[in-house]
Amino acid sequence: MISQNTNKDEAKRIIYSVNNLNLWYGKDQALKNLNFTIEENDVTAIIGPSGCGKSTFIKTLNRMIEIIPNVKTSGEIIYNDRNIFDSAFGVEELRTRVGMVFQKPNPFPKSIFENVVYGPKIHGIRNKKKLMEIAEVSLRNSALWDEVKDRLNSNAYGLSGGQQQRLCIARALAMEPEVLLMDEPTSALDPIATAKIEELIMELKKDYTIVIVTHSMQQAARISDKTAFFLMGELIELDKTKTIFTTPRDKRTEDYITGRFG
Amino acid sequence: MDKSMNVREVIKDNFNNKRHRGLEKFIPKIFLLAASLSVVTTVGIVCTLLFDAFKFFSRVPLREIFSTKLAPLSANPSFGILPLINATMITSLIAMCVAIPIGLTAALYLSEFASDGLRRILKPIMELLAGIPTIVYGFFAYSFVTPILMKLIPGLEAKNALSPGIVMGIMIIPMVASLSEDAMNSVPNAMREGAFALGSTKLEVAFKVVIPAAFSGIMASFVLGISRAVGETMIVAIASGSSKIFTFDITRSMQTMTAYIVEFTSGDAGSGTLGYYSLYAVGLILFVFTLLMNLLAQYITRKYREEY
Amino acid sequence: MSYDVMQQNKDKHFLNTEALKRRMKLRIILDKVAKGIFILSTLFSLLILGVLIYRVWNQSVGWLNLRFLKSNLSIFPEKAGIHGPILGTLWLMAIVAPVTVILGVATAIYLEEYATKGKFQSFIKTNISNLAGVPSVIFGLLGLTVFGRLLKLGSSILAGGLTMSLLVLPIVIVASQEALKAVPGFLKDASYALGATKWTTIKTVILPTALPGIMTGSILALSRAIGETAPLVVLGIPTLILRIPDGIMSDFTALPIQIYYWTLDAVLRPEYANLAAATIIVLLFMLFIMNSIAILIRNKYQKRY
Repeated sequence: MISQNTNKDEAKRIIYSVNNLNLWYGKDQALKNLNFTIEENDVTAIIGPSGCGKSTFIKTLNRMIEIIPNVKTSGEIIYNDRNIFDSAFGVEELRTRVGMVFQKPNPFPKSIFENVVYGPKIHGIRNKKKLMEIAEVSLRNSALWDEVKDRLNSNAYGLSGGQQQRLCIARALAMEPEVLLMDEPTSALDPIATAKIEELIMELKKDYTIVIVTHSMQQAARISDKTAFFLMGELIELDKTKTIFTTPRDKRTEDYITGRFG
Repeated sequence: MDKSMNVREVIKDNFNNKRHRGLEKFIPKIFLLAASLSVVTTVGIVCTLLFDAFKFFSRVPLREIFSTKLAPLSANPSFGILPLINATMITSLIAMCVAIPIGLTAALYLSEFASDGLRRILKPIMELLAGIPTIVYGFFAYSFVTPILMKLIPGLEAKNALSPGIVMGIMIIPMVASLSEDAMNSVPNAMREGAFALGSTKLEVAFKVVIPAAFSGIMASFVLGISRAVGETMIVAIASGSSKIFTFDITRSMQTMTAYIVEFTSGDAGSGTLGYYSLYAVGLILFVFTLLMNLLAQYITRKYREEY
Repeated sequence: MSYDVMQQNKDKHFLNTEALKRRMKLRIILDKVAKGIFILSTLFSLLILGVLIYRVWNQSVGWLNLRFLKSNLSIFPEKAGIHGPILGTLWLMAIVAPVTVILGVATAIYLEEYATKGKFQSFIKTNISNLAGVPSVIFGLLGLTVFGRLLKLGSSILAGGLTMSLLVLPIVIVASQEALKAVPGFLKDASYALGATKWTTIKTVILPTALPGIMTGSILALSRAIGETAPLVVLGIPTLILRIPDGIMSDFTALPIQIYYWTLDAVLRPEYANLAAATIIVLLFMLFIMNSIAILIRNKYQKRY
């Protein structure tokens, strides 16, 4: 992990390339002319004050934003050489490759096992043995296995908040996605549960590309490789996390980071 | 970290499956079909009523229809509709005289005076009252309320308008109470607190703040109550009898529109006779009246929703 | 402030303290009296419920026994039983339950999940709430004309069941809509984020979560259907059916119908009133069981997330 951070100059594969992205809620423009790249196995943190469009942006990456009525977009988001807005690129297929974890833990009111294998099941995997294998691997990868292995059939809402959130991560991992989008995944959790999730993210970045929205600058500094600062729907600055927090180029970034507004 | 599940390979073909996409497009259409059934039902009601009512109205002169003489089965039949409308209005009026004061005060108690725990017990019991079939109320009116009333009011006929009117009112109490209470509950507490802070008693708050603020909701509950009373069938069919006279005397038997329909179809009005068509004419009037009442109630509620 | 100054200032007060105190007492008494009246109003309904059940139960005592449940209708009160009407009511339920649940849930899914907010959706919604307010006797006329005469189903179980289904369909639709609306958005989001299609999400997340609410509403609608009398009378259910129904096309009679005819005939022989009372107890018992099940379901599945 640390070795990766030291190989700063090695060119990584580009997973996402966002070109001239604009987004409107009805008449209100929420994202303005964004240009952005996300590289493989990076943790990219998105910070900015409330209402700056960071949540909107991350939800655009797997087109979850389209669930809200009257959303219009222009521009393109190239994901592995294909524009995600292309009609040939099914939105369902995109979402199986790009997993998402939400602000509030949102397990289904089903058993722990059923939660984890929900994705594989609806996409056609019926084999019991295979599903069991997927459940175990995903739960191990989300560091939850030891805590729940004896009660896989009990309701997910019996778990603590932090465990529920790790279950939601396991549920996303079960699809073997390439990218994990995390929308303020620790904002509803206590500090101990937050620490566990952060630890997990550091572990997951070996295999996944992670984009995380956070309102905690400390969290961004602790776990991310790159940090993007959003303000009023615009991308102000995107750089290595170290650079952003030590020598930001833009005055507004500096003001935000030093707590002069926000 | 272990990453050997091969999920991607297993599900790869799933997205190229054309049948899936077809299903996704086909299913909303089935649901739309089900949803349109409710519209078809309305159209069906209107058409059946209009079709046969038209035959009635085209054969019976208007002067006869708007007369007080109703004798469908006599050798020289007459189809005056006023006795039916009169009876319907009288029984509904009696019902509302019972339902409005009791329903409204019960709502005030539940909403403004009762503790939360008490409300949680009382409300379901009231709703139980609303769940009793109307035929049971009919039996109750005829075999219990009427005998009591006969002792109190000499000269009361065994079938009369008073007893079913009262029982219909009792039946409607839970409806008025529960809808009014909903309206009172949605009055913001801040409005009450303002009045309490000035030293108002609960009663004053109820009458000067809550009722005015919930007024349209309360009115809507009255309108729906009236609509319910007008459309109620079994209580009047049993306890009010089938005399087709035009009278304002509530101690006498009289026939409402609904009771007329029930009496006639369960009797032997053959299809194609004027008597048979008259059912649909009466049904049409009943339908139009209750529809207007329901639309009125909806209009009132919609207005009150915008207030806060 | 000295007493003199207070006396001086008294004239300047807008409120007369003495009068205020006197009025206050009156207002508090009035408040208490009103509260008493309001309690009486509330208790009145409960009292009526008690009297009604007590009265009917009293009239049924001696008549309600196993023989009454097992034997068939008869013009002789001491021989009459309600085996046929009970079966008729059960047959009716067997038609109303599946028809209304399937159509009601499908309509609710369309309105809540598929229809775009607009004129068409609000038109259907207004239409449904208006249908809920149409008197049941009108549904009887519809059933008589369309099912009874046009489709030549006569006064069969099928005709009665379909008529009743149309009558209670709005109740099931509205209850299902409420249940679907109560499914939190974050559960749908979780499903969509895993690449589920709309129908998959409805099938695997929304419907299972809404199921308890749908079931509660459907049971309540069904209990409304088995208590309804007017539509069946209008449909022309004969007074005395001696044959036990054996299929959806056979003629039938149901519990409320029997209560109606026995109440009317009590003029001829007072014992018929006892039969009606005994039948009412059976009907109320069935309704009580159904309502209890509905409440059990509601309590068991309340707030699982």
